[in-house]
Order: sequence, then C-alpha cells, then structure tokens
Amino acid sequence: MNALSRRVFLQGGVAAGGGLMLGFGLPTLFGDVMAEGPSSFAPDAFIRIGSDGSVTLTMPYVEMGQGTYTSIPMLIAEELEVALSQVRLEHAPPDEKHYANPLMGGVQGTGGSTAIRAVWEPLRQAGATARAMLIAAAAKRWNVDPSSCHAELGEVVHKASARRTTYGALAGDAAQIPVPEKVALKRPEEFKLIGTPAKRLDAPSKVDGTAIFGIDARLPGLKIATLAQSPVFGGRLKSVDDTAAKAVKGVRQIVRLDDAVAVVADHMWAARKGLVALIIQWDDGPHATLSTEDIARDLEKGTLDAGAVAQNVGDVANAMTGAVTKVDANYQVPFLAHAAMEPMNCTVDVRKDGCEIWVGSQVIARAQATAAETTGLPLDKVVVHNHLIGGGFGRRLEIDGVTRAVQIAMHVDGPVKVVWTREEDIQHDMYRPYFFDRFSAGLDAAGMPIAWNHRFAGSSIIARWLPPGFNNGLDPDTIDGAIDLPYDLPNMRVEYLRMEPPGIPTAFWRSVGPSHNVFVVESFMDELATTAKQDPVDYRRVLLDKSPRARAVLLLAAEKAGWGQPLPKDSGRGVSLQFVFGTYMAQVAEVEVSKDGEVRVRRVVCAVDCGSVVNPDTVQAQVEGAVIFGISAALFGEITLKNGRVEQTNFNTYRVLRMNEAPTIEVHIVKSTEPPGGMGEAGTSAIVPAVTNAIFAATGKRLRKLPVDPAELRHA
Amino acid sequence: MAYTIKVNGVANHVDVDGDMPLLWVLRDVLGLTGTKYGCGMALCGACTVHLDGVATRSCVMPVAGVGNAAVTTIEAIGATDAGRSIQRAWLDLEVVQCGYCQPGQIMSASALLASNPYPNDSAIDAAMSGNICRCGTYVRVREAIKHAAKRP
Repeated sequence: MNALSRRVFLQGGVAAGGGLMLGFGLPTLFGDVMAEGPSSFAPDAFIRIGSDGSVTLTMPYVEMGQGTYTSIPMLIAEELEVALSQVRLEHAPPDEKHYANPLMGGVQGTGGSTAIRAVWEPLRQAGATARAMLIAAAAKRWNVDPSSCHAELGEVVHKASARRTTYGALAGDAAQIPVPEKVALKRPEEFKLIGTPAKRLDAPSKVDGTAIFGIDARLPGLKIATLAQSPVFGGRLKSVDDTAAKAVKGVRQIVRLDDAVAVVADHMWAARKGLVALIIQWDDGPHATLSTEDIARDLEKGTLDAGAVAQNVGDVANAMTGAVTKVDANYQVPFLAHAAMEPMNCTVDVRKDGCEIWVGSQVIARAQATAAETTGLPLDKVVVHNHLIGGGFGRRLEIDGVTRAVQIAMHVDGPVKVVWTREEDIQHDMYRPYFFDRFSAGLDAAGMPIAWNHRFAGSSIIARWLPPGFNNGLDPDTIDGAIDLPYDLPNMRVEYLRMEPPGIPTAFWRSVGPSHNVFVVESFMDELATTAKQDPVDYRRVLLDKSPRARAVLLLAAEKAGWGQPLPKDSGRGVSLQFVFGTYMAQVAEVEVSKDGEVRVRRVVCAVDCGSVVNPDTVQAQVEGAVIFGISAALFGEITLKNGRVEQTNFNTYRVLRMNEAPTIEVHIVKSTEPPGGMGEAGTSAIVPAVTNAIFAATGKRLRKLPVDPAELRHA
Repeated sequence: MAYTIKVNGVANHVDVDGDMPLLWVLRDVLGLTGTKYGCGMALCGACTVHLDGVATRSCVMPVAGVGNAAVTTIEAIGATDAGRSIQRAWLDLEVVQCGYCQPGQIMSASALLASNPYPNDSAIDAAMSGNICRCGTYVRVREAIKHAAKRP
C-alpha cells in the first residue's frame, strides 16, 4: 500500500499502528534483558545476540518467494557489521504488540509490498544500536575511547593496540550498557551489503527438496483429510450418504460441517477416493442461480450513481465544457483466483487443553485468533508454527483455510492435515474483485487532457479485512493507482462506489488495488494519446514535468525497448507507467497477434526506480515473476460463476503462462538513494496495460475487458 | 495389495491400493515430501520424479504401474551428474522464489540434460512446458538449464 495508507492508519490513531517501534524503547529493552538473563541482550524485539556470538533475527515476515528471508537480514547485518550468513532467522510468534506491520494497519502481516518499506529505518537503527553497544562494551573492557574502536565481521577491533573481541564475548557486557538515544546510520556509500546482489538464504533447501512448506508437515499419528465445501457460496450441507466412502481402504472418518464435508484417512489418496464416493446433497441457498453476468450488470448500473470522491482536483465539470474533444470508455476486469502452486492446507492438533497448528500464513496472529475462537480455547493455548509458503499472492492473508481445518480437527482424535484438492482450491478461493469503470475525458485543441473523470464500482477488501481502514466510502487500497497519478492533470475527479458482489468472496491479489486501477488508467491514457494522434510515450512524457522520477523510468524503458523502431507485421509495442507501492515503474511489452487471435508476448522491458535497493537480484527476480503473473491474468485469467458455482476447476480451465509462452524480460534499475519502494507486486499491475496497449498497436483493437479474447483479435 | 518399489536405491514395501498414485505413496507413506502435489492431473509438473531416468508425473502414475522401475526423487537427484549440475545452476542463477514447484522443475530439467547435454530453446520448451511456476521463474529456469549445459 502506498504512503496514503500509512497516513490513514497511523495518524488515524489505530491503536496497534505504532507496533514497529514498540520493542525499541528502553522499558522493553530492559524487560527483555531481565527475562533472558544477563548473558544475552535484545536491543529490540527483533535482534538477539547470544553469548555464543549468534545473531538471531526474529522475523516478522514470512517467506513466500519474495526474498524477504534474505533482504530483511541484510538490513541488520549491514549496520551490525556481521556477515549475512551469520544471521539466523526465527519466525516471530503471533504477537501483534511487537510484530505488527505498521504499513498494514497494525496487523502482523506480510503483504502489500510493505516489508522493506516498513523496516528500512528501524531495522538498520536496531543493528546500528546493537553495534554501538557492543563497541561501548569493548571500549569499557579495554579502557579505551569507543571512538577508537570499530566493528567488523562480528568482532570489535581496537586497531591501535591490535586487540579484537567477538560479539559473543561482549554480549553479556553490552546488555549492561545504556542504550544510546541516537546512533548514526551508515551513508549509502559505506554500504557493504545493501545494494549488492546477495544469495538467497532459502535457496539451497529449495533445490534439494528439504524445504518444509505447510503441506509437508509430518507428525506421529497424522491423518490426512480432504474436503468438499458447498459448491455455491452460502449454501449448506443437506445430507451425505457415506456408505461407499467408508468402504474405501484407509478412510477413517467422515466429518460433517454446516457447509462442508471432509473425509479423514490414512493418506490423501484414500481421502480423495472417499470424497469422490460420497453422495452429497447441498442446499444451494440464496445464490443458486447467480452468474458473473448478473454481478457485472449490477456494477455497471451502480456506476450511473455518484460515488465517494477519492480525489478531486480543479473543476472537471467546468473544464469539460471547454474541451475540444471528448473521449468516453468503459472498462471491466474479472474475478481472479490466486492459484498458488501449494494448494490450501493446514495441519491441526486439537487437544482438550490446547491447539497446535502447522501452516504457512501471511497473517499468523489472525491464524491463532481464529483457532482460539473456533475451539473456545484461550489465545495463549493456541500455538502456531509458521512455514514457508508455496506462493501467497494474497491468498494466505486470509484465514478461512485455518478456520476450516480447526473445525474439522475438532472432530478428529489426534493431528490431521487438511489438504484441499486443486479443484477445491480454485473453486473456493477468495477472488480479486470484479470492477466496472467508467471514464470520460476532455482534450484541448492540442489533444492534451484538461478534464479526467473516472468512476468505478466493486468490492472493498479493506472494508472487511481491516474495517477501520474504510472511511467515508473509501479505503486506500481500492483506489490506489487511480488517484495521485504521476501525470499532471489540471482537472481530475475519481469516484468509487463500494458494491459487494453477492455469493462470491473477495480478497487481496498480487498488486492489489493497482491490479485493476493501473490497467484501466493506463489503457485510457493510451486512448487519449490515440485520439490526439500522438505517440503514447511522447503523450505521457509531456504530462510528467512535475514528476521527474516517473519521466525518467518512462524514457529509460522506451529507450531500452527500442521504442519507435520497426517491428514485424502483426506485432506491436505498448507502454505503461505507474507510481504505486512507493515505486516508479514503466514497462514496454512487445506482442505478436496470430491470425486466429492468439497473443504471444515476446519481450518485456522494465525500468524501475524503487529508491534504495537492498538486494538488486531480488528486485530483478520480482519483476520477472510479477510480469509472468500479470501476463497470465491479462491473457487467460478469469473466474466465472454459473448457477452460483465457479466454472473453473484446475490448470486446464484456469490457464496460467507456461515456459513456452514466456517472454524475455529485461529489468533496468535506476540508481537512487531515496527511501525504498515495494517490489513484490509492482511488476504485475504494470504489465497488463503494457500488453493490451501493445495489442492495440499491433491490431488497432482496443481491449476494454479482461482477459484478452482471441475471438476479438482474429484477422486475415 | 503389497508392492515393492525401489525409491532412490532403496526397496520399500508398501501395502496400498494399486491405483494409488506414486505421489501419495512417496509423500504420505514413505515421508518423502520433496515431491509436491499441485494439480493431481499431470497439468502442472510439481510432482515430477524419474522412472528409470524418464521424467514422470507421479500424481497420475499408479503405484501398480511402477513395477521394477527405479524411482528417483528430488531428495536423491543430486547424486546424478545431470541433477548435480542442474541444482548447482539453480543456485548460481538464483532461480527459486517460493520454491514449491522447483523440485518438479529440477526433475524435468535433469531428465532433459541427461538425455540432451546441449538443449536449445525449443528442446527446453518441449521438456519444461509441463512445469508451471506461479512465481514466474521461467526466464531463469531457461538460463539455468543453458548454464548447466555449459558447465557439466
């Protein structure tokens, strides 16, 4: 989320919002010291230096591919002057007082491309503070001036007397040193780790099969369950005939819930066979006839009414009356599934006196809370072991899978691992919302926009997920990428109508609000350029005089892509520009459209200015991956409902990009010492309009509804 | 029904239905969790293992069909020449992100390299297009296979 969400959540005084600094104050420091004994000390809730010299970082974020297990320790290691390999990671326990993410409204969460942005200063402060205390302890021991000592590779060195001592030997003494109120952070030119490609710490275990994801949890006596939930959201279980299922070898138990049924077995195959053998009657409930078309029609109608004003600059209505040319366009984006490679799963052991959970979660404290609520146990009787996540993309910001697994486990004696089939995973996802957008613009005689009107309707995730973040009909995520555009638009009005679709749950999806807004804004901007008969890059450039960083990435991407150079027949280039997640990004996509309308993205060039870069290799990898993720959505991604049921089932009907369809991807990173921006998601929102704008360049066909429909692109 | 299957050089006796896919025998019976479940229909390749060196989707391979074939999984692929160079290339080029699909990617890539020491782009496409990566590591998977081919 962008800087706005920080303002809203922090200045709004959401109580837990200041979580980041909680552990950093003196009282907590000494509290921790007392608790842990004199031989180790904790400059804050995040770092522990043991008397054996070990440096342990209590990791508030979970690794799901974004490289956070490498980039976050880099911040500590840089200022603490230890090798990156010296830092050990421990998952933070569920504890929103100490480990809340201030950029996620005080939720202990990993998401929204917030991790580096949230801890860039504090973690380096913590490292520098610890280093200063270790140096002070050594200087005291040697009776020398601390300023005559320095730290390197886990040791304090007094050069003049050629003495050196390890951090481990100093940790006990350092705990007795008063915490300095202010420590100087390194200047960027002094960085040894930050800005230099670092090897991922989680890579070795991920290439030899030893990495343990939630789905790999193993326990003595573990049973495996799989489930069927009501095929229509909001439906109920009417009856189950389990005669045949019980006869399947290895099936142990059938668990009936209000709106689901699970088969518990010795292994997944028996559970799956048992599930297929069940004869289930559902009461479909109120959404039995719902279709996506119904939802789209309602949203379209909704945008005829005024919405909450997300941004109002100048006087659009007045400016429109003076426009020489007017442009109108409507856009729609579909529901999308996450389809992470690791299907939903959660292992639970419910006992009389407690509950233990093994799961990969982006919100571990919420996982704990739902288990406590579901079982009726006190919070402190619920232990959650977080795991590597086999693809999050927002899906693991939801706890429905944990709740479900606990409901099942309450009927089972001993631990049970609930594994969703791929079909269940896709048909009971919580989806990127459907949006309907209405645009109108007025252009002056030179073709430049003097009025920009954008109104859209769809679900607000924040309103459900973090209600205090939804105010006056708005939330910072849903409008992110639609307001505060990098362009200088003298008259601009953006309105949003919250309309929750019936019968289908919605959730965050990689690149969140911008996943929708950047597509529509950058498509419409392209339409304006076309109307003005101007080059799409030139047209944007003229509007960027007040945003030099945006202008720079636009021009860099265009230059590296060879913008304007000839392409083969039926090919085209498209551009996009965005400022979201605190990061400036421009992309140029090259596509080729076959006679039968199939789109092939051949090459993508990305220029990015994400401020200070921690691990450049991760920045590049995140763009590469986010681009592939976005192309999947642009070309294939669509969840549809028919008779209340999700029509897609597996990777054959919910297609994603494959190796033979992947473009080459070039990433150009702008050098900068500005504060870091988020990098986990930006590439996804940026690629979608770059692709559709390229399709327009290749075919003259403007696509206003995703995903791309090859039938619209067939040509001779 | 009892079956004896040779996995990573070790004979294992399992008493399961013959239609049980090898994937679940490996994961839920033998505890070899490196091989992953992704789709159950041979659509995504996360479950790829080798049967006598041939890349095989274990999620649709009934245990009764394994017979005397030598099963190799991600846990042991590093003991083969191709597997070792692929794993090293994966680390050199920092291929992994979430890592969930990577055992399958590595098994497919190892089988490719073992049968074709210098695969070109179309050979890579043919061998690797059955392996989905949602993190989108395809660019690096391709480069890493070429890297491994260069430095066996």
